[in-house]
Amino acid sequence: GNGAQSVLRRWLPLLDQEMVELNHSLTSVIPESALLILIGWILGGIIYGADKMQTFTLTPTVFFFYLLPQVILDAGYFMPNKLFFSNMGAILVYAVIGTCWNAATVGLGLWGCWLGGAMGDIDIGLLQFLLFGSLIAAVDPVAVIAVFEEVHVNEVLFIMVFGESLLNDGVTVVLFNVFDAFVSLGGAEIDAVEIIKGIISFFVVAFGGSLVGIIFALLISLLTRCTKNIQIIEPGFIFILGYLSYLTAEMLSLSAILSIVFCGICCQKYINANMDERSVTTVRHVMKVFANGSETIIFVFLGISAIDPDIWVWNTGFILLTLLFIFVFRFIGVFLLTWILNKYRLVPLEFIDQVVMSYGGLRGAVAYGLVAMLDEKKFKEKNLMVSTTLIVVYFTVMLQGITMKPLVTWLKVKRAAVTELTLAEKIQNRTFDHMLVAIEDISGQIGHNYMRDRWHNFEERWLCWFLMKPSARKSRDYIFNIFHQLNLKDAISYVKEGERRGSLAFVRNETKADVDFNKKFRANFSEIMPDIMAENMGPDHVPLSSILQDIVPSVCLDMHELDLKMRESEDFNAHHLLQQHLYRGRKQHRHRYSRSHLETNKDENEVQEIFQRTMRSRLESFKSAKMGVAPAKKIQTKHQKKDKPQKMPNGNSTDKSKNHPYGDKDLEFSEGDCGSGGEAAGGLFPMRAYRVEAGIVNPAFMAEMDPMDNMQQMQQIPHNVGHLTLPSKSMVISDPVYLTKPIPQTIQALTVQSHFIWIVPYR
Amino acid sequence: MGTLQSLSDEPEYRELAEKTGFSFEQIGILHKRFKQLSHNENTLRRADLDTIPDLACNPIRTQIIEAFFDKRNFHQNGDGTVEEISFEEFLVVMSHFRPPALNMTEEQREKVRREKLRFLFNMHNTDNDGTITLEEYRHVVEELLSRSGALGKETAKGIADAAMLEVASISMGHMEPDEFYEGITFEHFLKILKDIEIETRMNIRFLNMDTTTLCNTGLPSRE
Repeated sequence: GNGAQSVLRRWLPLLDQEMVELNHSLTSVIPESALLILIGWILGGIIYGADKMQTFTLTPTVFFFYLLPQVILDAGYFMPNKLFFSNMGAILVYAVIGTCWNAATVGLGLWGCWLGGAMGDIDIGLLQFLLFGSLIAAVDPVAVIAVFEEVHVNEVLFIMVFGESLLNDGVTVVLFNVFDAFVSLGGAEIDAVEIIKGIISFFVVAFGGSLVGIIFALLISLLTRCTKNIQIIEPGFIFILGYLSYLTAEMLSLSAILSIVFCGICCQKYINANMDERSVTTVRHVMKVFANGSETIIFVFLGISAIDPDIWVWNTGFILLTLLFIFVFRFIGVFLLTWILNKYRLVPLEFIDQVVMSYGGLRGAVAYGLVAMLDEKKFKEKNLMVSTTLIVVYFTVMLQGITMKPLVTWLKVKRAAVTELTLAEKIQNRTFDHMLVAIEDISGQIGHNYMRDRWHNFEERWLCWFLMKPSARKSRDYIFNIFHQLNLKDAISYVKEGERRGSLAFVRNETKADVDFNKKFRANFSEIMPDIMAENMGPDHVPLSSILQDIVPSVCLDMHELDLKMRESEDFNAHHLLQQHLYRGRKQHRHRYSRSHLETNKDENEVQEIFQRTMRSRLESFKSAKMGVAPAKKIQTKHQKKDKPQKMPNGNSTDKSKNHPYGDKDLEFSEGDCGSGGEAAGGLFPMRAYRVEAGIVNPAFMAEMDPMDNMQQMQQIPHNVGHLTLPSKSMVISDPVYLTKPIPQTIQALTVQSHFIWIVPYR
Repeated sequence: MGTLQSLSDEPEYRELAEKTGFSFEQIGILHKRFKQLSHNENTLRRADLDTIPDLACNPIRTQIIEAFFDKRNFHQNGDGTVEEISFEEFLVVMSHFRPPALNMTEEQREKVRREKLRFLFNMHNTDNDGTITLEEYRHVVEELLSRSGALGKETAKGIADAAMLEVASISMGHMEPDEFYEGITFEHFLKILKDIEIETRMNIRFLNMDTTTLCNTGLPSRE
């Protein structure tokens, strides 16, 4: 009675804790997909026990129309384009030739063994074997994502397997349909004409599907270009049109997966540039939610579907031989193709990478979906095939999934680089690109760089003009984005210094002197991104720098709007103005209830001025450093300017805002970032860096002081702050642009972290 | 076509092949290109390189062209610039971009890296004082950004400054108040860029196929 209760009460929270701990360590050993299948088995068992039949199975319709599209759209939207296209040749070779090889060898191998009597007496023929071979041959994207996400292999390796898994759908669909038609025709009717028709249909299906995807990508980009006034529903369009591309291709009997993949790949750049920041965030989050949800459901159902005695037919020979053949022939195929490819690649694929690539050829739900679509009347042994497929899927996902990580570690595969690129490296990368193109031009060689450069020029000249909003075009330069980072570093170092000094910087203060870290450059193009100002905050003090460190934002020092009166009355002598009114209170927008309009005012000129001053002072510090002049002033000068007080002019009745806009934006470091290996000049990894706009109340600066006092105060502050050294190494590393692959889960984690960060002003 | 077959007989080519590591076919093709650019003379001038239409829109065009006339890149421990270069010097500069041979020892790889980085360094370090100063670095960044008109000089300065700061912090660690940072020396340069795999990135595939006819003529000049 009572005793038990009290015991429970004491132990349950501990148990809970244990479970959570176990969870983390468990998923790092066993991939989530395997666990989900296990759960599926358990659930299936329960359902079967209750209903005496399996009421829930993964039907092909549900799978192909409701579960798969989201996963593929997610894959396409987050695809690292530069890396993908640099390795496109190799990926296509593996996807097309590799899949055909797998299908042929598995099918023929099984047929041979059947003829030899290894499988006993089953009602099957050569064509059916070939069909089975073609559906079991394809590497599955869902499974690849699920398993590889835990194992951070280097990006080239990942993109090879992943790209192959996406693009091989073109081949799989064609082979499946062709052999299905052949089986219906019967063996006798097949002649050269039919075979040629089959080959042609491959090209039609594959290219047609891709074309449909590209058309929809254009549509989406154009649409986002025009949605300035309906930003709230922008995200919806992306999903609807994405799904529509899938359905359209399916309707035209083209490759639906290729369609939705290319739709995502082609439109990502333009829609991210065109759409409002919040819409981009929304799309990203929702995309991840859908994709992860679908993945989970797929794997659970794969488990549930197995608990159905009706479908199980056991034929030792068939099953074991299938497992053997897909494994062995995959290895042979990969090694052969790589040997051929390495002759043409600038950076050859190493032996170990090939091993991992072969081992990573996982089969998954797509194969199951295809096999479930077979017609029992034509395929007498359908149940045998279904059982075999399920066993193959379990084998690859669970066994190969679990052993993948140890294998990768044991083989010392080159892992993804998780280092930050320094500014110098980024600039250098840019230089490389141009340099290589120049040398190619001079030497008269047409190479990858030349082609890529021409594509870039074409794209910049025509596509961007057509598909992007003018304002988006201006601000999307790569080095422009570096600049955001620059400001972030300033901001972080400033804040860190302040925090380190403790009471100085973040004294709790009622007054609303704000340091608002906002999209600074954006203010120059004010139409682009309106800020969100929300009411907020709890009373807790969160150390700002730690928050800023966790995320990878690009935060800019921004200015608040000047008091209108002041601006007009003075001669707009920026120096004075800024000196006196640098950080000002912000107008508070209360409950401006509008479904689509969230706006705040910003003063452009102020932004520009402050920016220039900061830059000028930075220049001073360097100049003085170079000349050897009193370097002691160096950093102080720089930060001193930032320490200018926030002043509340007396009698000013502007409301103060205490809120902090937040937001995410992905910065595409799309040109020239460091990759390791990669075919042409290295792979690029467009990483999403998240920018958080955050405002903090910086109560160091009291209000109710007149300018002169402020100045005095300011002069003193540097002394208190003491000597600010050069930003230490740790600071440089502190805003990490992680160069890892865009693993769904990880990104989700990152975005969730950065998403709801309110920097709290103190009350 | 016929001329290429007799290349292996030419003694100069053999010498060049040994010196630069190019194959005979590649040397032949590059020689053809050289002649095309220099209008069949024996030496190449800056003006000749300026005529390449595709190069016109490259933001670091001037620096690349200068690199060809920079004696430091001729591997002869020279200094200063020249007005015209011979085919041999042309090849030597090109050889900086040759992909490394597949089987190389760690030492050789390191040597190749240093060579390529030295080329890069020389490109930035125009006054040859052994360090890349802020002015020089800023110049580079400005050129890089010049293509996108939206960003002004201030931005370029700002970025260059920040990059310098970063380099300083990485190379020198914590600096005393009375120290100052002169500029990026070659060693610092190596250190910063050690993570970028130069030997794999800074390469061009030199084809064994003659594509010179496709390149210079008939292509619309960009922008």
